[in-house]
Amino acid sequence: MNRQIVQLFALTLVLFGVLIAFTSRWTVFEAESLEDNQLNRRGLIEQQRVPRGLILASDGDTVLARSEPRGHGDRRVYVRSYPEGETFGHPVGYSYINAGETGIERSANDALTGDLNEFGTIFRELSSGEREGDDVVTTLDPEAQRLATELLAGNAGSIVALEPATGHVRVMASTPGFDPNSVQDPATLRALNRDEGDKPLINRSVQTNYQPGSTFKVVTAAAALDTGKLTPESIVDGSSPQTISGVPLNNAGNVDFGPISFTTALTNSVNTVFARAGEQVGARTLVEYMERFGFYADPQLDYPEGEMIASGVRNSAGRLVKDGFDVGRVAIGQGGEEGQIQVTPLQMAQVAGAVANGGKLVRPRLTERVVAQDGRVQERTTPAQQAQVMKPETAEQLTQMMADVVNEGTGTAAALSDVAVAGKTGTAEVSNATLNQVWFIAFAPVDDPQYAIAVTLEEQPLGTSGGANAAPLAAQVLQTLLGGG
Amino acid sequence: MSARTRELFGLIPVSLLVCAGFAAVLMAQSQEASDLTATYGAVFLGLCLLGHLFIRARLPDADPYLYPLAALLAAFGLVMIYRIDAELAREQAQWFVIGLALFCATIYLLPDHHVLERYRYTIAAVGIGLLVLPRFPLIGEQVNGAYLAVKLGPIQFQPAEFAKLAIIVFLASYLRDTRDVLVRARLKPLTATAQALLYGIPALLFVLVVLALGLGPLAAVLLGVFVLSAVTLVRERPSLKHFGPLLLIWGLAMLMLIVIRDLGSSLMFFGAFLALIYVATSRLSIVGVGATLFLGGAAYLGNTVSHVQSRFDTWLDPFDPVLYEATGGSFQIAQSLFAQADGGLFGQGFGQSLLELPGGGTILPAAHTDLIYAVIADELGLFGAAGLVLIYLLFVARGFKTALVASDGFSKLLATGLTAVLALQVFVIVGGVTKVIPLTGVTLPFVSYGGSSILANMVLLALLLIVSDHARRDRDRVGPGGLV
Repeated sequence: MNRQIVQLFALTLVLFGVLIAFTSRWTVFEAESLEDNQLNRRGLIEQQRVPRGLILASDGDTVLARSEPRGHGDRRVYVRSYPEGETFGHPVGYSYINAGETGIERSANDALTGDLNEFGTIFRELSSGEREGDDVVTTLDPEAQRLATELLAGNAGSIVALEPATGHVRVMASTPGFDPNSVQDPATLRALNRDEGDKPLINRSVQTNYQPGSTFKVVTAAAALDTGKLTPESIVDGSSPQTISGVPLNNAGNVDFGPISFTTALTNSVNTVFARAGEQVGARTLVEYMERFGFYADPQLDYPEGEMIASGVRNSAGRLVKDGFDVGRVAIGQGGEEGQIQVTPLQMAQVAGAVANGGKLVRPRLTERVVAQDGRVQERTTPAQQAQVMKPETAEQLTQMMADVVNEGTGTAAALSDVAVAGKTGTAEVSNATLNQVWFIAFAPVDDPQYAIAVTLEEQPLGTSGGANAAPLAAQVLQTLLGGG
Repeated sequence: MSARTRELFGLIPVSLLVCAGFAAVLMAQSQEASDLTATYGAVFLGLCLLGHLFIRARLPDADPYLYPLAALLAAFGLVMIYRIDAELAREQAQWFVIGLALFCATIYLLPDHHVLERYRYTIAAVGIGLLVLPRFPLIGEQVNGAYLAVKLGPIQFQPAEFAKLAIIVFLASYLRDTRDVLVRARLKPLTATAQALLYGIPALLFVLVVLALGLGPLAAVLLGVFVLSAVTLVRERPSLKHFGPLLLIWGLAMLMLIVIRDLGSSLMFFGAFLALIYVATSRLSIVGVGATLFLGGAAYLGNTVSHVQSRFDTWLDPFDPVLYEATGGSFQIAQSLFAQADGGLFGQGFGQSLLELPGGGTILPAAHTDLIYAVIADELGLFGAAGLVLIYLLFVARGFKTALVASDGFSKLLATGLTAVLALQVFVIVGGVTKVIPLTGVTLPFVSYGGSSILANMVLLALLLIVSDHARRDRDRVGPGGLV
């Protein structure tokens, strides 16, 4: 029997080895994914004992989120409150035990909980005895954000405005929105999650892909000019229809422009010219320029990874593709089964911003600085170049072409009385050409660009256009940002 | 150095753990180390010493490591329970006093364990009676769908803890009697045709069944092992007498699954049974048939009994949002894993883990019983948890060592069975907490809070020590060379 007893002990050794293996799996090897699990609220519960820092607007004064104490003694916890409610709901997000964390609350969590780094935290706990969160000052302009939200009211859409030179996002408005104070009630959160019609929890500025329509011609023009295929003065064929990839393509209203300059083609948003330009540039080069503009990757914004989506050409399955699509139609913001250009509003604001900033694309930013409770600045974001998209001369040429769009073309509704604006309109037919997605991207002032903007509205009735319906909103937000009230 | 002096030295780490553990918990909860708690530690050590003196008097030759290892586990548990709830720790300490009394009583009343053989059928009947007790109306109580507890007025106890001892004693004595019949007889070699028929027909049937029913790979392997073991068994042309006890116990285990609806305890009982069968007969074919029949039965019940089925579902996908929200769903196992993830390599330290929600209530259900291993992994990390498993392994090693040293069949089988059932109990609960197998409500021996568990395991320890005392005394008398 002794041999069998020894074998039994060997079996016990194996079984206990399995126990240790599984324990190490949970405590060490898979610990990180368990800590990130959506159902795991342990981190949040611990954090609620620490007052989170404030989230402030760019003026350093307007409070977007603050912690309020509830209960006392050992039971004291801090609960988040959002004084500005729906206006800043999307960029700021929320932080509640029941609901989890989103938006800046999530991306800036370490700063807000005072969790700077291992040593910094230990040092602080030793010196002050208590852990406290830092305040986060965002780049959001409270006045412009409020105006943008009001302008969008009643429509689904988004307005994103940023400073091209610094990448600071000044406006990130998305409607329909939600009041972050309301999601601490689980029933409300569930109802918001289930609302498939309005999708109020989706931050359309970074999380929704739209057809860009003619605003994408700016990208095509940048590629055509920068590669030397065309100049603003090149004479191009604006006749309509023309055969693109074997299928006839019309200009809007089937207007035949005849031979015109490339500048005039952008001013009047001539489809056939830009489709030809796209074919001339070729899919490979066009994709290369798109990648420089930041397409085909999540925005490099300091925002939670899972809450952003990449722009680019997507096939009917929704997957990003870099070839095999109809480059002529993609070049004018359209496409087909095998590939349709899809963009986020932030991406289009970055396109305008790169042109405005002499071809240099700066990484977008939502947080400007982190301030400790004693007033010391812990961290300040500095502008970081993301890419040199095009030569400065190309950017200069494109700026003049876009200025003409507002001066005498499709975008005259965006003109401001005392400041020159450069822009591009877009009107994409959606839902089998029964509805329009209207767009306007712009920057101002033309000679020294301070702000770039993208405005888009969903599901507008036929007869609407980017020039008539989106451009006026852009003008008002730009006016506010430029201080003209 | 005598065995008893080694035992005394073995108690030193226990005293260190008790002192350090209590001090750490108190510091973490930022309380002054009060005289009262220091008294608890001193009383616990005093009790350990008392037990040691009793063993010294009654069982001078018993294994010197079993008792300190059990005391170490108990100290571990007491510190953890104290950290969870001081009041529970006080109750637990009282149970240890009663447990120690029962331990001494067992040793005093049972100078020779062979007496048990005489009452084996009575013992078996008592064991089975204990198992079905929770299903009786008025006294039975259903916890999370399983019938494991009995409530008599204010006293609640888990009869399965005592039943496991009764069943092991019965099996050990029964198998000692019948093992001679069960042991493989010398087989005549078969002719080629007979061999082809014996193996060919079942193989053909197996393939046909797999194809006809479209069985998955797991089910096919299960069926394959069953057919192979069955064929090997049939080749030995056993009488019904061979199969009788096997079928009886298999039926009993299945009945237990139906009656108490707890996969963990049935696995524990049936596993110990198979271990004993194997040690007694050294025939893998019986183990193969038994194990496949058990797994098949468990799988069938898992698909039909909703409580067992939900345990399976929560085991397979604890992070499914629907299962997580459901009553009795995967919340417990998910929280167990989250707690372990917080532990890391070295843990957060005694008293540092998150157990209570700020608004009151607990985030880790049954932290002091089922999930105590998760709390240990959280506070002491992988190293602490692995250390605990190693203590159990040492205990099991000493248990099997006792079985090896023992000279008669009953002693060998009794020590093997007691050790195996304890090892299986550790595997079932730690495996459940770490998601190796579905989580069921079994206690972690000597560590978890619970009166029945402590009392039963103290008796188990007493029985092992009695066997060990006899075995080592016989060995020393005969000498290391054995009987010549």
